[in-house]
Amino acid sequence: MPDLLIELFSEEIPARMQARAREDLKKRITDGLVEAGLTYASAGAFSTPRRLTLTVQGLSAESPTTHEERKGPRTDAPEKALEGFLRGAGLTKDQLEVRDDKKGQVWFATITRPGRPAADIVAGVLDATIRNFPWPKSMRWGAGSLRWVRPLHSIICLLSDESGAQVVPLEIEGIRAGDTTRGHRFMAPDAFTVTGFDDYAAKLRRARVMLDSAEREAAIRQEAANLAFARGWDIVPDDGLLSEVAGLVEWPVPLMGAIEDRFLTLPPEVLQTSMKEHQKFFSARNPKTGRIEGFVTVANIETPDDGATILAGNQRVLAARLSDAAFFFENDLREAKAGMKAWAEGLKSVTFHNKLGSQADRIARIAALAREIAPLVDADRDQAEEAARLAKLDLRSAMVGEFPELQGIMGRYYALEAGKAPAIADAARDHYSPLGPSDEVPTAPVSVAVALADKIDTLTGFWAIDEKPTGSKDPFALRRAALGVIRLVLGNNCKLSLEKMMMKPVAAHVVGQAVRENAALKYAQLIPHADDLGVRVAALNLEAEALKIAIAQIESAHDDGNLSDRSVSLASDLLTFLHDRLKVHLRDQGIRHDIIDAVLAQPGNDDLVQVVNRATALNDMLQTEDGRNLTQGLKRAGNILAQAEEKDGVEYSFGADEKFAETDQERALFKALDTAEPAIRKAMAQEDFPAAMQAIAALRTPIDAFFEAVQVNTDNQILRRNRLNLLSRIREAGRQIADFTRIEG
Amino acid sequence: MTSPQDDRMAKPVCFQDVILRLQTYWAAQGCAVLQPYDMEVGAGTFHPATTLRSLGARPWAAAYVQPSRRPTDGRYGENPNRLQHYYQYQVIIKPSPPNLQELYLGSLKAIGLDPMIHDVRFVEDDWESPTLGAWGLGWEVWCDGMEVSQFTYFQQVGGHDCKPVSGELTYGLERLAMYVLGIEHVMDMPFNAPDSPIPLSYGDIFRQSEREYSRWNFDQADTKMLFDHFRDAEAECTRILTAAEADGAGRRIPMAHPAYDQCIKASHLFNLLDARGVISVTERQAYIGRVRALAKACADLFVTTDAARADEVAA
Repeated sequence: MPDLLIELFSEEIPARMQARAREDLKKRITDGLVEAGLTYASAGAFSTPRRLTLTVQGLSAESPTTHEERKGPRTDAPEKALEGFLRGAGLTKDQLEVRDDKKGQVWFATITRPGRPAADIVAGVLDATIRNFPWPKSMRWGAGSLRWVRPLHSIICLLSDESGAQVVPLEIEGIRAGDTTRGHRFMAPDAFTVTGFDDYAAKLRRARVMLDSAEREAAIRQEAANLAFARGWDIVPDDGLLSEVAGLVEWPVPLMGAIEDRFLTLPPEVLQTSMKEHQKFFSARNPKTGRIEGFVTVANIETPDDGATILAGNQRVLAARLSDAAFFFENDLREAKAGMKAWAEGLKSVTFHNKLGSQADRIARIAALAREIAPLVDADRDQAEEAARLAKLDLRSAMVGEFPELQGIMGRYYALEAGKAPAIADAARDHYSPLGPSDEVPTAPVSVAVALADKIDTLTGFWAIDEKPTGSKDPFALRRAALGVIRLVLGNNCKLSLEKMMMKPVAAHVVGQAVRENAALKYAQLIPHADDLGVRVAALNLEAEALKIAIAQIESAHDDGNLSDRSVSLASDLLTFLHDRLKVHLRDQGIRHDIIDAVLAQPGNDDLVQVVNRATALNDMLQTEDGRNLTQGLKRAGNILAQAEEKDGVEYSFGADEKFAETDQERALFKALDTAEPAIRKAMAQEDFPAAMQAIAALRTPIDAFFEAVQVNTDNQILRRNRLNLLSRIREAGRQIADFTRIEG
Repeated sequence: MTSPQDDRMAKPVCFQDVILRLQTYWAAQGCAVLQPYDMEVGAGTFHPATTLRSLGARPWAAAYVQPSRRPTDGRYGENPNRLQHYYQYQVIIKPSPPNLQELYLGSLKAIGLDPMIHDVRFVEDDWESPTLGAWGLGWEVWCDGMEVSQFTYFQQVGGHDCKPVSGELTYGLERLAMYVLGIEHVMDMPFNAPDSPIPLSYGDIFRQSEREYSRWNFDQADTKMLFDHFRDAEAECTRILTAAEADGAGRRIPMAHPAYDQCIKASHLFNLLDARGVISVTERQAYIGRVRALAKACADLFVTTDAARADEVAA
């Protein structure tokens, strides 16, 4: 059983691509080998910045010989058919045999494929793997036409067993596979030969290359922790950075430095982001002060001066970066203190989306909306509006210009500097949340109001301009915004009517859109002269004027309650989208989609808190035997009624009278309904869904007994009508709670 | 007397020392050492020795300093690192040789950065120039955490696939030299040797002009005139490109280079207008698209000329 060693040695592979490339190499090669009839015991893939390596152990030495039997045309078929069959099988006529078949005599071919030695198969599979490797981006180099992530320099392809190692003959675009590689670019640049994986890994280590990225990660984590410990600091954990850094070095040498005192007043997020994004440094925190006071950089080389030159260089670069950051921060603070008017002004010229206006337009909409939402989430109206006006101003700050990922975080610092209440400042930081399914949901009322307003404006805006997500395409992250609304509402128990809340912003977008299109049309007519500054300014003013008219129209439309049909249908479409996201969300929490459907079919389905409470209570009830049987009873009642109503052309909905009851079971059902109905109504009015479920579950026994004993469709029309009307009371009781016809099973 | 080896390893003492060593080094590697292009450009890549010569099959190897202008980067000479006028060192070799990384590391040694005591790393950075319709893959090269060069394998220029591929190296000279010389503020950097009879710092030479250009770029440039010039350059470029290829005497002389000059002009005018803040976010894309269209048309014409064609190589 030979072992296979493959190394693809190239110029530096981007760190972010290495993990995926290891998997792809392993999968493509082993799949190819197996497909060709080989088996293997185990395989492992490794990467460094300059190499992708695969070891396959216990590979079969050759593939087995196979025989395939193929049925051909009948012996009396035209010659052409036989020729085609022979071509396909790669045989001549004398190699065929004739066999009897149901329909007569038929040609049969037996195709024998002799086994192939592993080396042949490996060469073919490796060639195809290299040529078709799924790099996210690949390139050509020199005068060749081969594509790889960066220039490919050498290939090891070696089969080894007890008798020794054998290079698999293979040549791709002038690169001949061999048994040599090189060590660390600077510390051990010479070529050396290897005889198998163990020899390869051991020699690489001597040549200052740690082959396994997991080992490099562990070494970095360990050494960084040691360095920090010596100073009484902790490393701020960052797995993403760790894996990236491990992909940038073959021989990790962590070095620790301190941040100069003059930079320690910068917000920790700024220090951390700047060091991580620009320098790929780990941050070290002093637990005594809670501040970020140091860093660990990971060099790729051991030097005679123990990294002193490298560390000094990195310190200098960091100081230059942090001077920039400090300069930005000071300027930003000055602007913040002055009220951030310049930023607000600047956002007028930043386009949010060309059909949805500028960031300033967007902020104005969000502020108006936040004011409306505020009382529904126990926030102060004025605070919510002010928070919304401030929340995005930091987009114009120098710091966020440099580090977009600090948006909101800087906004909080600047709002505090401007003397705003902490609740307002926090909203700047928190209103983007929740960003993902695991991101925390804001709970402070002002933050909730602004976060909801932000997301609802986005959703309604893109709905109004018909930019809904389709399939896997969701360029404006609207699914995330919808999930954000859902999680905000549920996480804060916000009782509100979403449809009503979305109606006005939708209408505003629809009208704004119409006006903007009109203005764009006028602007387009001026375009031939658009380079003339004067005309451009006139056109911009014209747009501003048009927007003022739009806003006036929106106001009046709202006052009249005169919303266009389009707005109504968009809002309802958007609600359906939110419901779909809600289903996904609840399914993840173990609630079946049919249960959610049964609840969503009820009125009030845009109050998500109520929907979820109902669905949860219903779900719980359906876990019980009573619940399941009750559902059957309700469905049965519903079906009998539906048939009768269709046949008779009337709706049975009123007038069941106990005096026409013939049996004890009927009378018992009347009694049970007399008790259950007010209990359900009361529980529903109080939104005590478990109590409502309990009340309706109590009907299970009388309903079962009723169906057991009573024939509804009797010849006596008075009795029949009475019983149908009785069934309608059951149906009504169920409808109070959910549309049980949608429950499956 | 010191040996040449010692000379090479001794640290440079001033800005021009760094430049001279790069010139000497790349000349020794067989590059034609060209002079800067005599027009305003945003980067060394715009020099026709790179943009046009990376097209077509003819082998090429050139190195040069290119003064580069980025009007929006002006800081009145006050920022330690940012300038609206600075120098790039550019190396372009086609086809890219297999040892280009080693050649590059040799150039670092030549300016006193010994990779055995520094931490030199190749960190992914893909290059794209929307104005030139060009892109390539490569790295930014880090030395002790600082970006000292851009290293790119051109894949496409002016919308044409690069066949063969050129290897391009770009050194930001001020930043690199400041690092080598241990200078904190660019204006403090010695330009010539500090022990010269008349020692001159970078600031002695450029502080005044940085201030003046910053003012002009940001506040004073006549935008109406710049818009007119942009249109003129665009029109002239198009006219040159669409002119009959044969001259009065019937000789085929397509004029790719003169047309490309107009494209460079348009690009720089756009940069000036951008610095003046009169180009909105949406218009930006449109202007970049207009310059790219010119660059592509120039490339289309250049590849039909003798300077680009492979058959000329065989001859």
